[in-house]
Amino acid sequence: MSLKSGQSRTAAVFIAPSLIPLVLFLILPMLAAGVLSFTTWDLLSPPTWVGFENFKALLHDANFRNALQNTLIFIAGYLPLVYILGLSAALALDRKFKGSMALRAAFFLPVITSWVIVALLWKWILNPNGGVVNSALHLFGIQGPGWWTSKSWAMISVIVPSAWKDLGWVMLILLAGLQAIPPEYKEAAAIDGASKRQILLHITLPLLTPASFFVLVISLINNFQVFDQIWIMTSGGPEGSTSVIVEQIVKNSFAYGKMGYASAMSMSLFAIIMAVTVIQIRLQKKWVNYA
Amino acid sequence: MLFPFFWMISSSLKNSVEAFATPPTLIPKSPTFENYRNLFETLNLPRLFLNTILISITVVSLQLFTSALAGYAFARLYFRGKNFLFFIYLATMMIPFQVIIVPLFIEMRALGLIDSFLGLGLPMLSSAFGVFLMRQAMLAIPKELEEAALIDGANHFRLFFSVALPLALPSLAALGILSFMAVWNAYLWPLIIIFSPEKMTLPLALANLQGENLTDWPMVMAGTTLAILPIAFVYLLLQKQIAQSFLTAGIKG
Repeated sequence: MSLKSGQSRTAAVFIAPSLIPLVLFLILPMLAAGVLSFTTWDLLSPPTWVGFENFKALLHDANFRNALQNTLIFIAGYLPLVYILGLSAALALDRKFKGSMALRAAFFLPVITSWVIVALLWKWILNPNGGVVNSALHLFGIQGPGWWTSKSWAMISVIVPSAWKDLGWVMLILLAGLQAIPPEYKEAAAIDGASKRQILLHITLPLLTPASFFVLVISLINNFQVFDQIWIMTSGGPEGSTSVIVEQIVKNSFAYGKMGYASAMSMSLFAIIMAVTVIQIRLQKKWVNYA
Repeated sequence: MLFPFFWMISSSLKNSVEAFATPPTLIPKSPTFENYRNLFETLNLPRLFLNTILISITVVSLQLFTSALAGYAFARLYFRGKNFLFFIYLATMMIPFQVIIVPLFIEMRALGLIDSFLGLGLPMLSSAFGVFLMRQAMLAIPKELEEAALIDGANHFRLFFSVALPLALPSLAALGILSFMAVWNAYLWPLIIIFSPEKMTLPLALANLQGENLTDWPMVMAGTTLAILPIAFVYLLLQKQIAQSFLTAGIKG
């Protein structure tokens, strides 16, 4: 037991290099965001305490409501797209065949590419004039839409690149899930005369629900914070049609100098993410099968 | 899947007329390096690469070091309040970075660190997730190994460097790959904290290539092509390890 004595000092030395930055640059700012959200502050004059005024104002802020709505629309478009594509890729690449590793690599390359590159790349592909999509449509005599410059097409123009970038990650997680399914289950079902479709629907997909649950939870946490690709492709425009929560936080704080109000938005975003995550964890019993 | 990348490279090699031509040409008819020349005149590319490499390497090595040290303490040492402190670490993993950018900016402003590498790097110095990962790795080290070394007169610092770190190498590599990509690709925080062109990182400078009204797309594509090359090269070398680290972590870069 003498080994255990005097370890507190050693532990302090081991933990301090990580704990000090964590407190200074994560915990402190988090607490500060909570306090700031009850003030108005333009950084020039001292902050003033306003109680719940910021949160009340948020409820009536048409821009914020629009951003919240757009964030949900973004997720509603992105999530099914990335999941279905990722699942199809995972199912297709679950067995080894010539070129399967190369295909996996191809699907994964966008995952490690930065959002800046992905956004610029797709902005050029979807350029209304001279972009390859509209030029190709022109060959068939179709006048392509204005994509990210058009109020009705801008949201799709940011959803597609986002799904393209992330589907390799979804594929990777689902592939790991597929490999965890014992092959005997499928073999037994096949012997009993189950069709491929039946095996997929009644064995593979149900046993894949833990991996799917994981994808869902992480995707929602990440995409409530969607920002980079939107900021680069549309800056939230045209006419606020792709305005999202983080974009509103950045604009209110760094363009309009409303630090307190932006912090109230941040705290709301945090509350939304926590609530969504908790609800999912509660709901998982209803549909996730842990074998 | 790869077409966007192909189109990027193809566009970067076209002259300004052919790049916008209808019907589009898949392979440039008269390939030119004009866009790359323009890019080198517009951006100080060596400087940008150097900035990004230096920041990434410094931040990642420090992050690995702080995570491994704390991970060791949580896995192998006894001290008061350990469980509570570890709970605090886990709780901070729930805080999205987007939520703290405003106070973090104000803090950096108060410290006089706006538009500096220090201001850019400090928030990424420690990683709760990294501590969690390293703790898991170091919990797996057999107790006998530790006791034998301690009886031989080694203290915990020796033990950390000569036993724990080498054994945790796979997790260390996974964490290193993930945080390297996160720092290399970072956009939001650099966008907020860095203003001077000579202090910018690659993603920030690339995003700024877009003009107010007119964007020289072939030149932008030359830029993204160059920026992707190192990442693609590293990926080809470490394909398996990279996929594995994403699985270990289960989070996106």
